[in-house]
Amino acid sequence: MQQETLLPCRKVFSDTLFELAKEDRDIVVLTSDSRGSASVENFAKYLPDQFIEVGIAEQNLVSIASGLAGCGKKPFVFSPACFLSTRSIEQIKIDVAYTNRNVKLIGVSGGVSYGPLGSTHHSVEDIAFMRAIPNMTVILPADINQTRILVKKLVSHSGPVYVRMGRNPVEDVYSSQEDIPFEIGKANILREGKDVAIIATGEVVRIAYEAGLLLREKGINARIIDMHTVKPIDEEIIVDSARKTKLIVTVEEHNVKGGLGSAVAEVVVRNFPVKMVIIGINDQFAVTGSQMEILKYYGITREDICNTVVERLKRI
Amino acid sequence: MDIEYLEKKAKEIRRTAVEMIYKAKSGHIGGSLSSVDILVTLYYIILRVDPKRPDWPDRDRFILSKGHSVEGYYAILADLGFIEKEELDTYCRFNSCLTGHPTVKVPGVEANTGSLGHGLSIGVGMALAGKIDKKDYKVYVLMGDGEQAEGSVWEASMCASHYKLDNLVGIVDRNKLQIGGSTEYVMSLEDLSAKWKAFGWKVIEVDGHSIRELIEVFESIPISPNKPTLIVAHTVKGKGVSFIENRAEWHHKIPNNEEFLEMVKELS
Repeated sequence: MQQETLLPCRKVFSDTLFELAKEDRDIVVLTSDSRGSASVENFAKYLPDQFIEVGIAEQNLVSIASGLAGCGKKPFVFSPACFLSTRSIEQIKIDVAYTNRNVKLIGVSGGVSYGPLGSTHHSVEDIAFMRAIPNMTVILPADINQTRILVKKLVSHSGPVYVRMGRNPVEDVYSSQEDIPFEIGKANILREGKDVAIIATGEVVRIAYEAGLLLREKGINARIIDMHTVKPIDEEIIVDSARKTKLIVTVEEHNVKGGLGSAVAEVVVRNFPVKMVIIGINDQFAVTGSQMEILKYYGITREDICNTVVERLKRI
Repeated sequence: MDIEYLEKKAKEIRRTAVEMIYKAKSGHIGGSLSSVDILVTLYYIILRVDPKRPDWPDRDRFILSKGHSVEGYYAILADLGFIEKEELDTYCRFNSCLTGHPTVKVPGVEANTGSLGHGLSIGVGMALAGKIDKKDYKVYVLMGDGEQAEGSVWEASMCASHYKLDNLVGIVDRNKLQIGGSTEYVMSLEDLSAKWKAFGWKVIEVDGHSIRELIEVFESIPISPNKPTLIVAHTVKGKGVSFIENRAEWHHKIPNNEEFLEMVKELS
């Protein structure tokens, strides 16, 4: 799991899409004055017929995409996740999901990756909002290698999808060399273990994986799961983990209410109730600081996750 | 098709709309009746649509952004054969496709509307697609006047003129009433034409109940090259039934038996 250069997922997403868009002229990219943060300048420059700038108008942004999809286009809507998932929520609900249009909503600089800019720029409710909408698929890639494959899958996938990525480069979870298993709705087991299952989504999967390595040093075998698709969630792997381990811990860069932890709990409680710990932003407008400082404050580091698991297992 | 025939057709559509609302005990009677002449002009004269091929890629697109004015719309779609006439009896019934606001489950409907302020943006998307694909279809969006208070209408307005969408036609059903009273009382719109002009649109005001005038205007579009067209159609809420005309309380009031019979009489 070494890598040569660190790139943010949003950059890899856009570059991959750009290459595909050269061949597939129905791909249209839309932004709300976010071409820089979405890294889609290439579209504006080299594929202007496949690029639509709408200005700072996120409601219009999403409805226009719905209209384009209604005429057979494959719109990819790029906007910071904080604005896309809240300012446009009714347009997403009605014009994209209810109408069931093939619109891909790409939330960039998500979670707390805009760190010091404050809660206006954080999106730690987006998973909750999006997964409450019928017809919506919700995906958080873990690294650039998975992102690359995700983009290829999305181009041939029909229907509404919300993707959330962060602003900053993340260390790899997957190798860039191998064929990475990636199927929408099918989680990946990164490491097997029988004592505890740690289920994470998005760019904190790497942290969860590292927590697993620390736990191994303490003699605890953790099963580590990358739940890249939060909806539809992989129920089978959750139930299997509930049966095979004593504890399920979820990790997300999101409010502890309504996100991955809630989605996993919904499956656990219906099928095979086990104890759970939900690690995330503790239902408050997050403190400000760098992304890493914020994650540390809420216990989303490998050391904190490791300690949380050790302490919780003592009480089982 | 002569004007007299269309006027008769409009009366028939109004009657069907009133019957649907009465039977279903649900609907928006005032705004439905104010829109009928506009819809009849579009569907029987102007729009290039084919009921046998509702998904025909070269069709003109119509979006009922004021989705609550749905009864006359369904009545026309049934009359033209997009849906079966018998289906109108299911309007607002359990599990019917004919919900109180239109959805794409109904052949001929282009967008799910009902929440105001979405239709014009969707129309911008469809008009942009037409430009990208170099197709000659037009996109028509019928909005309410109360709807003009939605900020997203102006996002779409700004965008349509930026992209010079002369294949896009906005129509405001200017019946001057919304659920809470007159538009000028609830939230002043005037000078509405000046607002649209300032946003870069070619604006025309018409009598929204004069089918002759409506045809003339629609047939001259685009009036200004490279500009989207906005038609302010002056209408009367509840048009065609004397005792509900210009009465805000008839926005979505359901007629009782006596009122219903009176309505049918006036529309026969």
